[in-house]
Amino acid sequence: MITVNHYLLLSAILFAIGTFGVLTRKNAIVIFMCIEVMLNSVNLTFIALSRHVGNMDGQIFVFFVMTVAAAEAAVGLALMIAFYRNKDSIDVDDFNMLKW
Amino acid sequence: MENLVQEAIQNVNMQAIMPSLVLSGLAMVLLMVSVFSKRGSSTHVAWLSVLALIVTGFVALTGWNNPQSGFAGSVLFDNFATFFSMICIVAAGLTILMSDDYLRRENFPVSEYYPLILFTTAGAMWMASGTDLMTIFLGLEVLSVSLYVLAGFFRHQTRSNEAGLKYFFLGAFSTGFLLYGVALLYGVTGTTKVEGIAAYVRANPDAALNTMFIAGGLLLLVGFLFKVAAAPFHMWTPDVYQGAPTPITAFMSAGPKAAAFAALMRVMIVGLDGLQSELTTLFWILAVLTMTIGNFVALSQKDLKRMLAYSSISHAGYALVGLVAWNEIGLSAILFYMLVYTFMNMGAFAVLVLIGKQGENNLNLDGIAGLGYKKPVLGVVLTIFLLSLMGIPPTAGFIGKFYMFSGAVEAGYIWLAVIGVLNSAVSLYYYLRVVVQMYFKDPAEDFSWVSINVPTAISIAISLGGVLYMGMFPNTLMQLAKLAGF
Repeated sequence: MITVNHYLLLSAILFAIGTFGVLTRKNAIVIFMCIEVMLNSVNLTFIALSRHVGNMDGQIFVFFVMTVAAAEAAVGLALMIAFYRNKDSIDVDDFNMLKW
Repeated sequence: MENLVQEAIQNVNMQAIMPSLVLSGLAMVLLMVSVFSKRGSSTHVAWLSVLALIVTGFVALTGWNNPQSGFAGSVLFDNFATFFSMICIVAAGLTILMSDDYLRRENFPVSEYYPLILFTTAGAMWMASGTDLMTIFLGLEVLSVSLYVLAGFFRHQTRSNEAGLKYFFLGAFSTGFLLYGVALLYGVTGTTKVEGIAAYVRANPDAALNTMFIAGGLLLLVGFLFKVAAAPFHMWTPDVYQGAPTPITAFMSAGPKAAAFAALMRVMIVGLDGLQSELTTLFWILAVLTMTIGNFVALSQKDLKRMLAYSSISHAGYALVGLVAWNEIGLSAILFYMLVYTFMNMGAFAVLVLIGKQGENNLNLDGIAGLGYKKPVLGVVLTIFLLSLMGIPPTAGFIGKFYMFSGAVEAGYIWLAVIGVLNSAVSLYYYLRVVVQMYFKDPAEDFSWVSINVPTAISIAISLGGVLYMGMFPNTLMQLAKLAGF
């Protein structure tokens, strides 16, 4: 029997994987994918809790999250392309012009 | 099903979202205008954008003393929302005025820039009027996504690319935390409405012991603190502020920050009122941390934009003092302070916009040596803005800080007020160093490239007027801020 707790545990694990990836990876695209994993783990939480709580608010929220994630992807990839054109790299270690 | 649809239609109240609706509509029209204009001419779009903001301002003012609730209680355009909307509109207007000449100087007069600022402002107004975490989240994202583009707007400039990407990554990362917090709160309370969460806390006084509720609240707080650039979530601020186009830096530190404070205040004060004692302790620590880190790191900065970024962090700390106080004076002081900060910070940045060379490599302490002699008017004006940022009477910065700290004292947080005043004393050092550079150093350059243009001059004049007016006659606006508070 799969209960809401299983879903919450799974989404917490996914969220942790995403967070860990953002903090440790060097490639901008991979970092971006990790952020998407985080957002999707949130979606899973919402859907599981929506069923558990018994109203539709959570599922509606998921639609908004997906829309926003798509908009963010468009902007983020455009920024990465602009950076790549100037630096020939999207390694975050090359984000080194602005510091102290 | 039919009933549901009818109920949904009855709940619609266009009046509640009219300001942001008008602004986004006009912004879309302006996008089309820029498609059909000649490449490289953006001045007309700039003036049309200012016009659009003025129209929106009048629409927003109809919400004063005439609260409009709509969409099943997910939007509430009340005095509070009106006040913050006006702050964002003023900030956007001043930004647009100082941008036109700047874009031409940087050889990138692209007119999409202005509609993006309008979209940001519309998002900020959503945030200020949202009473459902869903609307607040949407407003936050409309605001952020436009700002990611604006921060990386000079796409041929590596510095700007880097600022945009850093802002994007850290912004999206913090959005993840914010959303996870919303999801957990939803799981506990069964609603995403701020009022609903408040009702849950009232019905369950032991909510503070519920792990999931606490985790949700804290994650939500992380998302907001990131947006207001409070320590320890401030690390993106200096990099992004330094790399972004200067008018955008000015805008980011005023408009979006005010909107984030609006959302933070509404969620905390309306939604989590029952947890006041726990939250004030938390905000006490955050306020002290933010003020101190901002001021002490600013001491060692040579780059002016970066220095103002740290100063902006410390000012977020001063504003958090009002949330610690959690009383009428403290909360209305936040509203007042956001308005004051908008004027003084936009003014200081507008002067930087004028004195920068193309590429802006001279915006550091050595680059402004002797400015006070070569360009006396700009020197005096910048000095006034810096005095206001320090909090010296008779400027508005003094009044703002005075109200803020008196709120804290009234609520019994004497030590917090003392720490705040000591922090202001520390900030004297780095603000005054700029003044010293301007007046007590031999001019290394003749500043012949500085030419004063009308729109930027208007923007500086409005900021100067605001700073002096609110410094000498604060009563009217303080009264309005009191009416706008909760």
